[in-house]
Amino acid sequence: MSVSARMMLVLTVVGVFSGLSLVYMDKYAEPYIALHKKEAVREAIDKVLPGVDKVEEVHRDETVIYRALDSSGKLLGYAFLAEGPGYQGKIQLMVGVAPDLRRLTGMEVLESVETPGLGAKITESSFEEQFRGLEAVPAVGYVKAGRKPAPNEITAITGATISSASVVRIVNEGLNEVRRVVRAGPPDCETEATIKWKGGKK
Amino acid sequence: MSRRPWYQEYLKGLWEENPIFRMLLGMCPTLAVTTSALNGLSMGLATTFVLTSTSLVVSIIRKLVPGQVRIATFTVIIATFVTVADLFLKAKFPAISKALGPYVPLIVVNCFILGRQEVFASKNPTGRSILDALGVGSGFIFALTLLGSIRELLGSGEVFGHEVIPGWHPWVVMILPAGAFLTLGFLVAAMNAIERTK
Repeated sequence: MSVSARMMLVLTVVGVFSGLSLVYMDKYAEPYIALHKKEAVREAIDKVLPGVDKVEEVHRDETVIYRALDSSGKLLGYAFLAEGPGYQGKIQLMVGVAPDLRRLTGMEVLESVETPGLGAKITESSFEEQFRGLEAVPAVGYVKAGRKPAPNEITAITGATISSASVVRIVNEGLNEVRRVVRAGPPDCETEATIKWKGGKK
Repeated sequence: MSRRPWYQEYLKGLWEENPIFRMLLGMCPTLAVTTSALNGLSMGLATTFVLTSTSLVVSIIRKLVPGQVRIATFTVIIATFVTVADLFLKAKFPAISKALGPYVPLIVVNCFILGRQEVFASKNPTGRSILDALGVGSGFIFALTLLGSIRELLGSGEVFGHEVIPGWHPWVVMILPAGAFLTLGFLVAAMNAIERTK
């Protein structure tokens, strides 16, 4: 066999084997990856809206909102994913808001790559807890450490004002989007899927 | 070709041909992921899996692959195993996969994996190639875990998440990129000092 024919043969065989094993591996891993993603979302909703029993996914345009109901079927509030740039890279948050959209019920950082020891403190509960019960009208704000925050303000992390401000900005942007969607009409009609949810930790 | 005793093929990767401390290869993942001992260990294991699997396949097909396309062939094989490892981590260990981030896919461009294929697996029988890959992989695991442990210890007073020095005031710089360079520099210096006393 000539050298070029052998080259083609070897590369083709290697390519086919590689493709086949990747298809097989992807088939195996995909359901697990989807499950982990769903679990992460559910756990985050549970943290930002305590007492949640059932979650309904509401789709409108590009926006996905989670309607959280308690065990008696009463609306507890809405949860939504919001993301935007932080100091170093993308920050993704899960935010919970009361049914009247005027008060936050909680905030959880899902993804961030802020500076360790400084901006990374946005993932600590001492920072996240500040959003629990925080007033969100007209918008969420922040003050630097040492000053007294208003009912709609959080205290920024010392040395990480940019990271703190980014979280506040992402929360506000997401909140505006949710207000637009919820006020545009009854979201129930857009419900595509209802997630069964037993409440508490999985 | 030298015919060393078989165990030498494994042992040489731990010390005299240690990819990190002696050859200074694969610095990018080494410096980036060793913020904790667990991250270092996971990265080492993932890389060792890719290296050993690739060496196995390459040493089996070494006589069939024409020299002109050997690099392309090796790269496709490496990329396949890297994707398998990446998907496996995502499916079974999502927390570790998240911590390692883009550095698992980047094992593809880890130079000592391709290097072992060129230098060793493409010229040696399968058994020796696997030993060689396991040895270099173990050297890599050893180096990354050591680096991660030291950085985690000084950066947060813990090793593998367990508190070692109670009340330690964390040196944040050790978790930052500068800490990686400092730790690696001191370790390489220490290894050179030990080597010289032999």
